[in-house]
Amino acid sequence: MMIRSNCARRATLFSLTAATLGFLLQAAPARAEESGWSLLNMTQGVTEMSRRIYDLHMLIFWICVIIGVFVFGAMFWSIIFYRKSQGAVADTTIVHNTRVEIIWTAVPVIILIAMAVPAARTLVEIEDTTKTELTIKVTGFQWGWNYEYLDKGVTFFARLDRKSDAARELGSGIDPNTVDHYLLNVDNPLVVPVGTKVRLLVTGADVIHSWWVPAFGVKKDGIPGFVNEAWFNIDADKKGLYRGQCAELCGRDHGFMPIVVDARSKEDFQAWLTEKAAQQKQAAAPAGTEATPTASTPATTATAPTAGVPPAVAASQAAVTATTPAAAAPTAAAAPAGVLAADRATKSVTLAKADAAH
Amino acid sequence: MAEHSVAAAHDDHDHKPHGWRRWVYATNHKDIGTMYLVFACLMFFVGGSMAMVIRLELFKPGMQFVDPQLFNSMTTMHALIMIFGAVMPAWTGLANWMIPMQVGAPDMALPRLNNFSFWILPFAFTLLLSTLFVPGGAPAGGWTMYPPLVLQNGASFPMLIFAVHMMGASSILGAINVVVTILNMRAPGMSLLRMPLFVWTWLITAYLLIAVMPVLAGAVTMLLTDHFFGTTFFTAAGGGDPVMFQHIFWFFGHPEVYILILPAFGIVSEIIPTFSRKPLFGYEAMVYATASIAFLSFIVWAHHMFVVGMPLAAQLFFMLSTMLIAIPTGVKVFNWTATMWKGSLSFEPPMLFALAFLFLFTIGGFSGLMLAIVPADYQYQDTYFVVAHFHYVLVPGAIFGIMGGVYYWLPKWVGNMYDMTLAKWHFWLSAIFVNVLFFPQHFLGLAGMPRRVPDYAVQFTDWNMVSSIGGFGFGLAQLLFPYLIIKCVKSGTRVTVNKPWEGAHGLEWELPSPAPYHSWQTPPSEAVIAKGAFH
Repeated sequence: MMIRSNCARRATLFSLTAATLGFLLQAAPARAEESGWSLLNMTQGVTEMSRRIYDLHMLIFWICVIIGVFVFGAMFWSIIFYRKSQGAVADTTIVHNTRVEIIWTAVPVIILIAMAVPAARTLVEIEDTTKTELTIKVTGFQWGWNYEYLDKGVTFFARLDRKSDAARELGSGIDPNTVDHYLLNVDNPLVVPVGTKVRLLVTGADVIHSWWVPAFGVKKDGIPGFVNEAWFNIDADKKGLYRGQCAELCGRDHGFMPIVVDARSKEDFQAWLTEKAAQQKQAAAPAGTEATPTASTPATTATAPTAGVPPAVAASQAAVTATTPAAAAPTAAAAPAGVLAADRATKSVTLAKADAAH
Repeated sequence: MAEHSVAAAHDDHDHKPHGWRRWVYATNHKDIGTMYLVFACLMFFVGGSMAMVIRLELFKPGMQFVDPQLFNSMTTMHALIMIFGAVMPAWTGLANWMIPMQVGAPDMALPRLNNFSFWILPFAFTLLLSTLFVPGGAPAGGWTMYPPLVLQNGASFPMLIFAVHMMGASSILGAINVVVTILNMRAPGMSLLRMPLFVWTWLITAYLLIAVMPVLAGAVTMLLTDHFFGTTFFTAAGGGDPVMFQHIFWFFGHPEVYILILPAFGIVSEIIPTFSRKPLFGYEAMVYATASIAFLSFIVWAHHMFVVGMPLAAQLFFMLSTMLIAIPTGVKVFNWTATMWKGSLSFEPPMLFALAFLFLFTIGGFSGLMLAIVPADYQYQDTYFVVAHFHYVLVPGAIFGIMGGVYYWLPKWVGNMYDMTLAKWHFWLSAIFVNVLFFPQHFLGLAGMPRRVPDYAVQFTDWNMVSSIGGFGFGLAQLLFPYLIIKCVKSGTRVTVNKPWEGAHGLEWELPSPAPYHSWQTPPSEAVIAKGAFH
């Protein structure tokens, strides 16, 4: 078959390229450490859910490729073989074909059902936030994250690491390639145990943010005044650092509030937690009750009810405020530096046992 | 105007005003159509330059050119201008030019309302663009205007709201005009199921506009009152909910994206049969598919919101309804392909754009289907994968549809043929660069790059560089388009026949080229309608 024209040659070349790319994609789920050209596909991640998500993604992708081969095949066939310049004469009677039309309506319905069933199954499992073993409250701020290990006496802020922050300034002259994990490094990573169903309660302090770690397949919006649940369970053999970013436009530094999760063994995690709690208790002790004399203190102890997700919005807001005595209460116009400057002077917060309710 | 009932075989220059009055007081559908199209082209370049700023900053990691706040303004304004200033006015311009000629009517039903609908727009966009110069700068919370972030905009906030209200009013009034014209002013014998697909798709689009633009108006008014008048629609402390804004916005927003694409479906449904020299395959199926898509578009909105924390049942419902839209859309793609099958194809610029539409819009449709799958969407949402998807359906989708339509009908409007070689250059440069620009964005999204960020981690460098090069190439290539058109008007080869495209059908091709200033003052006869009919 000789391809006579530029048009058809280009078309064939394009479809060959697409097919090759498709083939490559199957072979190459992305890993975070890979760089540049080879970063083509979603990660398989380190949780069972992230793998299920990846599999769904690839299933739909291949179905689309197959449909595309048929449809584009027919298109390119027509472009090549039904050209007026090559003498093709139109068959103007082809305006209906009931049988074919029924097939190409019914078959897509069947294909969609074949997609919807595994998708629905996976979704139902993802939405099951019961039987969690650890709960962490995640609050998005402009522009960083606050993590609070509920009822463990540990809370801290995490913001973009200073080297990245310096490099990203307009006209800084610092080459991002010389910065360690540029824009994906923080000062205080979120430490979690592997092999544990960890529940996140995600909220926002000022505007909507979104907590996303691709390796876990978890993304959840943090909405001011509301609390969303998400969970992940990192494979027991996948200790390490995992990085993510804010995934909802939240203002000037939306691109500069990353997430780092430090997944440790259960023993290491427990050791870290105990040490951190002791540190924070000690840091709080001299400060005593000189906290902001807002109604926040009584409010926090008032959240005794163990009914899962606290409906008392003000309480969770106030609870967060209580941990940042040096900061102004987060308002819509809060200066970002002020809010985060207090991350050194954390105070432990006692909240009701949220996990036991689950 | 009511006095002109004589046969309009020749243009009546003596009856139209001259100078600025012709345009400011215009009531002629052709003049108003021209104004919409010129306005849209201008806005396309304004919005396009903002895209150039975006791609320039994203060329390399690190911040080289703009402050992050200005970058956010660029992404916000780029979208607002392209959607409301380029695509929607372009479709209205094409509707104005073509609908009366295609249904055998002398003009639109409400010519003065038509004038008003157009003239709102320059004011709306002057207001919107002037926000670049006010304290706080242009809006920077995304074109989606989510609270609470949108309320952090400074002086630009009320200007944004007011501009949106004006654009919305223009669209609603234009849509009313379209509906009334199509339902009331078709020539005798032009039954609904004989109308060209462009008229059908615009009829359905007009109903969508009338249904959802008021919803947008409501949503932005609630933002306004939350900010200035102490309401708390979207503030939890007052008993409200930021997510409610998202529901209201996307109830508008999803039908809006179908408003942006349905007329393109109509145009492609006319171009492909013409250049395949074969009738459209499955005309009625195409009409019903379009109507189904429009209906379904009302019940899928929350697929833009899968990560806000919706109940399971809601996520399942919206996943299934969104997947369902693939069926009628697929039917349309199959019908276009079947129209080409065993045809006699030629590849003039309108056909090139229509074929690129068919290929590339379908790719955009595939990524849309992937996005519908909720668990997978958790990884796609707010990443460059979404950006790739919607740019594929909007640029090689809507924009190529508009350009294809202009290249198709320009000889009818102007009476001259444009430089074919230059038009083919415009096509090939656009088609190649649009893929260089947007295809790598699929990779970036899958690899984990979020959207609406002015800077990125170094592993995203390579594909961002490719995308930016594509952006510059695509942007530069567009300069050919207005150049071509102006050259055609000034010195194109005269077209002496009614039908410069031999395979064309439809009432507009029964008129001389250029079409007379007042056309179809005597309605076409049944015989002429039957000759031009689609089936």
